[in-house]
Amino acid sequence: MSSTEKNWTARLRKSTLESMEPQDLLPDNQPAYVASWIYVFGVLTIASLVMLIATGLVLTLEGPAWWHVSSVGHFWNSMHLWSVELFFVFMVVHLWGKFWMAAWRGKRTATWVTGVIAFMASILTALTGYLIQTNFDSQWIATEAKDGFNAMGIGAFFNTLNTGQAILLHVALLPLAVGIIVVWHILLVRRKGVVPPIDNDATIEGGAF
Amino acid sequence: MVLKVDPSKKWTGPTRPYDIIKEGVIAVVVVALLAAGLSLFFSSPDEKAVTLKSWSNTNAPDFVQTATGELAGTTTSAGYGAPYNHAAKGPTLGPLKLQDWAGVRIPVDPATSFVTEPLAILNDSSTNDAVTAWKAASADQQGKWATAYADALGKKPDAVSLEDTANAFGPVPTMISSLLVMAKTGALDGALTTSDTPLPTNFTKPLLFLADSEGYFGDLAAKQHLGGDQWGVMNETGSWPGQSWLWLFSLWYQVEPFKSSGNADTLVMTLMGFLTLCLALFPIFPFIRKLPYKIPIHRLIWKKWYARKL
Repeated sequence: MSSTEKNWTARLRKSTLESMEPQDLLPDNQPAYVASWIYVFGVLTIASLVMLIATGLVLTLEGPAWWHVSSVGHFWNSMHLWSVELFFVFMVVHLWGKFWMAAWRGKRTATWVTGVIAFMASILTALTGYLIQTNFDSQWIATEAKDGFNAMGIGAFFNTLNTGQAILLHVALLPLAVGIIVVWHILLVRRKGVVPPIDNDATIEGGAF
Repeated sequence: MVLKVDPSKKWTGPTRPYDIIKEGVIAVVVVALLAAGLSLFFSSPDEKAVTLKSWSNTNAPDFVQTATGELAGTTTSAGYGAPYNHAAKGPTLGPLKLQDWAGVRIPVDPATSFVTEPLAILNDSSTNDAVTAWKAASADQQGKWATAYADALGKKPDAVSLEDTANAFGPVPTMISSLLVMAKTGALDGALTTSDTPLPTNFTKPLLFLADSEGYFGDLAAKQHLGGDQWGVMNETGSWPGQSWLWLFSLWYQVEPFKSSGNADTLVMTLMGFLTLCLALFPIFPFIRKLPYKIPIHRLIWKKWYARKL
């Protein structure tokens, strides 16, 4: 093993900065086959995530009970709610689009898997959001969801009835996790490029890994 | 001639102009306008939270029956098991004791946590005497008193207290009546949320108590179509969309064998975990990875590209 291969910093630089050209990261052109409405749903999912973070940050300014007593707070809660509804609609269409494109071809399995992990992490983040509404809906969801988590022994650590824990998970740990996974997913897409069309005779798959 | 493309190789074919930053900015603006429009037209639901105070004032007989059930050990919480208590062995999956593996990490003994501990903060001699008598009795005697009172209340569903004509209820009626007074004033909410820490952020105890109610909490949820047999968790109060992405999770609870299984939570959670793993592993499943070739939806997606090649 050479000295460069042993050097952690050099290895990190090689696997990140040097694995991608500026044109890959911030492209001003795309392969000619990238011409379909289905491609819009990926960027719309990211745009919805941006809106979720922005509206969520506004809601953090006055605390979890603000939206119950202020019309301004209620409006931002509505923005947050509709952003999450749009987020999942776009994400699911994006996911199914990628399935029918067999988008894991050409050693893109990691891209597919990070997308699935992002989907699951988003579901958990959304659940914690519903748990911290501090209204009847959140109370009911907390008492129902606890049975699922308790049945697996997870409830001993993630207590849906503990609003304080749900708040911290929702505004800190889980958005951070979703953000990291999504950035990783996007970097994989940029590094590997957009998967090309399936050939008529489909003789070349390029491998899943 | 068909151009064969190796998807693992960098694209060297024809390209088209693209502006990733402009696309991103336009997408954010579009989503912002959509969300703002939906917010202005449809707003968002906010069904007020319920409390032990609202429960006891709205349906006092149900509160009394549930509280007595906590003493008798007949409520859901009293017989729950891990992570709250040792009252039951949790469901298993084959040899795996899934619910029990982490043990009791959130200790809740309903008779103590919901009834005797809160009553201890009351400065009332008859209540204190009743709690002292309760604590001094054997578990067997406590069970007999509480069960007798629960049975008697069951025969008079509108009653909030009963005379102990047969001397069978022991201190239970006094304790439950005092607890009802505490609940109606809101003192019980405060007592349960501050029992572990003076500034509450954890609502485990009052929510478990509320969830034991058979004639209040569940009824309110059913009216909002939130019940487990109504695709509950994925619904929202009123007519707003809820967590529709949980549709598959909710679906299993509506069909056999999960619907009537006492082990439904374990089975559904395990199944969903397995299906999630399958989704992540689609690229290596021989049949599934070939589906996009057999059902040519990609012909629609890349319609322009295929037309161009011809």
